[in-house]
Amino acid sequence: MKKNKLFISCEEAQVICDKTQYGEATIIEKIKLSMRLSWCHITRSYSKKNGTLTKVVKNSNIEYLRAHELKTISEKFTQQLTNNSQ
Amino acid sequence: MPKHLIDPNQWVKLYSDYLFNYTISRVNDREIAKDLVQDTFFAGLKSMKNFKGEASERTWLISILKRKIIDWYRKINSNKGKAEVRMSYSSDKNEGDWLEERIADPFDKTAEDQIVNSELGDAIYDCLGKLPEKQALVFKMKTIEGVDTDTICNELNITASNLWVIIHRARIAMADCMEKNWF
Repeated sequence: MKKNKLFISCEEAQVICDKTQYGEATIIEKIKLSMRLSWCHITRSYSKKNGTLTKVVKNSNIEYLRAHELKTISEKFTQQLTNNSQ
Repeated sequence: MPKHLIDPNQWVKLYSDYLFNYTISRVNDREIAKDLVQDTFFAGLKSMKNFKGEASERTWLISILKRKIIDWYRKINSNKGKAEVRMSYSSDKNEGDWLEERIADPFDKTAEDQIVNSELGDAIYDCLGKLPEKQALVFKMKTIEGVDTDTICNELNITASNLWVIIHRARIAMADCMEKNWF
């Protein structure tokens, strides 16, 4: 029997759910996910948790060092380490 | 035997972002935050012999950083003090008479929000620090820095499906960790 193309596993659904968080799921993937969400409570619970994580990270306004800034700090520190070991 | 070991070769890679996020939420200036993080690493290197191994490396570095931040505030406050005109209440009875004190301070809420945000940032970096190195890197690039999928794949030499598997594992671990520490 031919497998229904719209039927996806829980794992696949969760990966699509991840893509959705970054706005990178295709329309077909979104349809597949919606179908799975309608009857699978595991996917539903994962989706809820996933959404909360996205919201929390977004609201945190978390700061990070840009690659070039990190590189500068790293170079200066390596220089200092070398001087110290001499 | 000390519970924790010290390895300065890993400091920049492991603690830069955590220290930077901690600092910028307290000094509100990117350049100063970078300098303070840098100074902290240098000071840590100088006083490595004082590390007893009772606390983790990160806790130890944070204690140095806190002193650096306090020193920085002292420095700017002493500079300000020289040019400042000091005004005060003429007597205790007048306390509360100034117009500014009769209205709600709009910055009050912002300050509270900033504290929550800074603690949230600390919690996120805490959880990120518990992930395997590659998962943490991919999660940070994709979720915090917002780097697009193709760029990450090219930079780390991985396929897109590989990236999504890594992201998936990282998100499960992050959600579990944040649930314990924050939600």
